[in-house]
Amino acid sequence: MATLSSLKAGTQATVASLSIEGLLRRRILDLGIIPGANIRCIGPAPSGDPIAYEIRGSVIALRLEDAGKITVQLI
Amino acid sequence: MNITIGKRRHSPSFNEHIRKHFFHLPLKNDQAVVAIAGNPNVGKSTLFNALTGLRQHTGNWPGKTVDRAQGAFLFREKSFLLVDLPGTYSLLAHSAEEEIARDFICFGQPDAMLVILDATALERSLNLALQIMEITSRMVVCVNLMDEAGKKGITVNIPLLEKDLGVPVIPTTARNGKGLKEVQTALYEIAVQQRPTAPKQVRYSAEIEGLIQELLPRLQTLPAASFFNSKWLALRLLDSHPPFVENISRFVRLQNAPTATYQEVEKLHAYRLE
Repeated sequence: MATLSSLKAGTQATVASLSIEGLLRRRILDLGIIPGANIRCIGPAPSGDPIAYEIRGSVIALRLEDAGKITVQLI
Repeated sequence: MNITIGKRRHSPSFNEHIRKHFFHLPLKNDQAVVAIAGNPNVGKSTLFNALTGLRQHTGNWPGKTVDRAQGAFLFREKSFLLVDLPGTYSLLAHSAEEEIARDFICFGQPDAMLVILDATALERSLNLALQIMEITSRMVVCVNLMDEAGKKGITVNIPLLEKDLGVPVIPTTARNGKGLKEVQTALYEIAVQQRPTAPKQVRYSAEIEGLIQELLPRLQTLPAASFFNSKWLALRLLDSHPPFVENISRFVRLQNAPTATYQEVEKLHAYRLE
């Protein structure tokens, strides 16, 4: 198990679990990041934060901190 | 299980009162209200303009429509008031724009909902459609950006989607006006002719379904029960999101219900928090 934030640009993984609570959890689930979903790391912003991910055909950016709370299974 | 999907019809004057009070909607007599909902940047405003002939500002960035825009069109001699809601991924999140959209869908008593999906990101847009299907059966789904999808080599099986969702599904390319007539026809059938639909309902885990069953009998005695899908209301109480429960309470109060009703909603909510 790895965290989403540790994915290298271009690698793919499956979302395993989210240790985020409250409204942010809701928001992240609404964007399609749910256990079992495929996610691909596109790469970080120049400063390293946020990081862009491709999920279900769209690209979203997550804060490094939040991505660190999502565990993934490498494919 | 005894669940009413969708709302009972209320007298036009009462609906008008609600719409004026909450949403400042200037309504002509006998006008059908249709609200447009969808994810950010799926072409809601483009479709709105194409249907109404207005030139509401459109743009390719999320958060462009922060408030509601309204316009009207005539179809088969029936006047429709179209309300363009801000884009939202969910009815359960809580940015200001999303609350505007959510409150209108929940309390605005639209005669029909027009839910726009992005043909190039269908999976993501279906989340909102399923949430709206939990609230109302009076809806039309529109799969927009068909041209973009075509360019990306994506084809959408519209008849299958329609069968799976249980509500009318229309493919459109709002930018060149493709599919508009079909959208208007479907809206007419739903809002005016009361064509029945059978929206597919989400099944939750056994634990959650159990809690819903526990709350349902108590919710169905509320006068407000005729406005909301009781299963949906039960789910919101289970979410325990206080600001939204407050809105529901406010709505119940406006209905001239005895104060006891309002307290009952709060009590049910407190009961869930225990």
